[in-house]
Amino acid sequence: MTYVKNRLRRTMMFVPGNNPAMIKDAGIYGADSIMLDLEDSVSLTEKDAARLLVYEAIKTVDFGGAEVVVRVNGQDTPYYDQDVKAMVKAGVDVIRLPKTESAAMIQKLVKDIEKWEDEFGIEHGTIGVMAAIESAKGVLHAPEIAEASPLMMGLAVSGEDYTADMHTRRYPDGRELEFARNMVLQAARAADVYAFDTVFSNMKDTEGFYRETNYIHELGYDGKSLVNPRQIQMVNKVFNPTKEEIENAQNVQNAIREAKAKGSGVISMNGKMVDKPVVEKANRVLETAKASNLIDEEGNYLGE
Amino acid sequence: MEIKTTGVAGTLESSDIQIMISKGSNGIELDLDSEVKKAYGDQITKVITETLQKFGLENAKVKATDKGALDCVIKARTLAAAQRATETSDEPELEVL
Repeated sequence: MTYVKNRLRRTMMFVPGNNPAMIKDAGIYGADSIMLDLEDSVSLTEKDAARLLVYEAIKTVDFGGAEVVVRVNGQDTPYYDQDVKAMVKAGVDVIRLPKTESAAMIQKLVKDIEKWEDEFGIEHGTIGVMAAIESAKGVLHAPEIAEASPLMMGLAVSGEDYTADMHTRRYPDGRELEFARNMVLQAARAADVYAFDTVFSNMKDTEGFYRETNYIHELGYDGKSLVNPRQIQMVNKVFNPTKEEIENAQNVQNAIREAKAKGSGVISMNGKMVDKPVVEKANRVLETAKASNLIDEEGNYLGE
Repeated sequence: MEIKTTGVAGTLESSDIQIMISKGSNGIELDLDSEVKKAYGDQITKVITETLQKFGLENAKVKATDKGALDCVIKARTLAAAQRATETSDEPELEVL
């Protein structure tokens, strides 16, 4: 496995690192990324066993083409060093650092990864890094964190820890997360990395889940962290472009092609001017549609 | 490698295997409990024995309670138990896997 900077990352599914049954089945649900967790879902007495299990799983289990991310223990714990070493040797795609509060923490992680890559004779740059933003400090430093390394894949908001740090809790309307969500997203966009929203853990509240997912999609997030495989299809439904959006994007591309053939500088479609941002949005819609198998290489619609 | 204490790793949940390793003097003495022993007993025994030998344990008493674990799980749990029994968990021997 090798880290790829740009790919579809609508869903990042959390899988507890000491649970063989869940690890074994993680690849069958169609998540874009699978995040095997060595941190909060593993008790202190099982850190060693989980690390070995995740190591061996990465080397042998078929995750169905999903990107494999591992959340290691924090740099302030005695488990961090061995976690990073084992994941580098296993050949994970991305290492996620919890409780990131500065660019220096990411730079330390990258240095540690390179140290182990040298030891095991692995080429530099084959493992990406991402930062979980879980505190007020992390949010305020999000811009420098996002730009900390060329290997930075993305930033993720972690709502539970953040709201605790802010002396509040999660509310259904999400207003308590407004600043963090916008700050992290701005930082990610400015640095050209991915942005992931926090988990929504009340599985019974389907309406609330759609409301939150629609909201973060509207803001411009690339994807959402998930704790339950049932949420994967729900997120995809929100993130995938509709047939109408795809057709519209294809019309934009056709209009450009025609205009170019005619040597015309100004492009119009249905009487509306088509300028650069419109073209960029159309290209993004078609890229997402292709990556989600909604259209084929020729642009034929494959969805239902 | 010297066994210093009884080392246990793994759970009794589905797809897992619980391995308990304690001092022995007569090679690897394995007591395996598995619902799929008839079909996979030999394979499970082989994976556990090979993992322990690679780790450098010649003599050990092993009690294994299998709940349908894959080979990768058996290996990881056997090594975790062996490292706990030899009190070497701080330095994972990834080369064994």
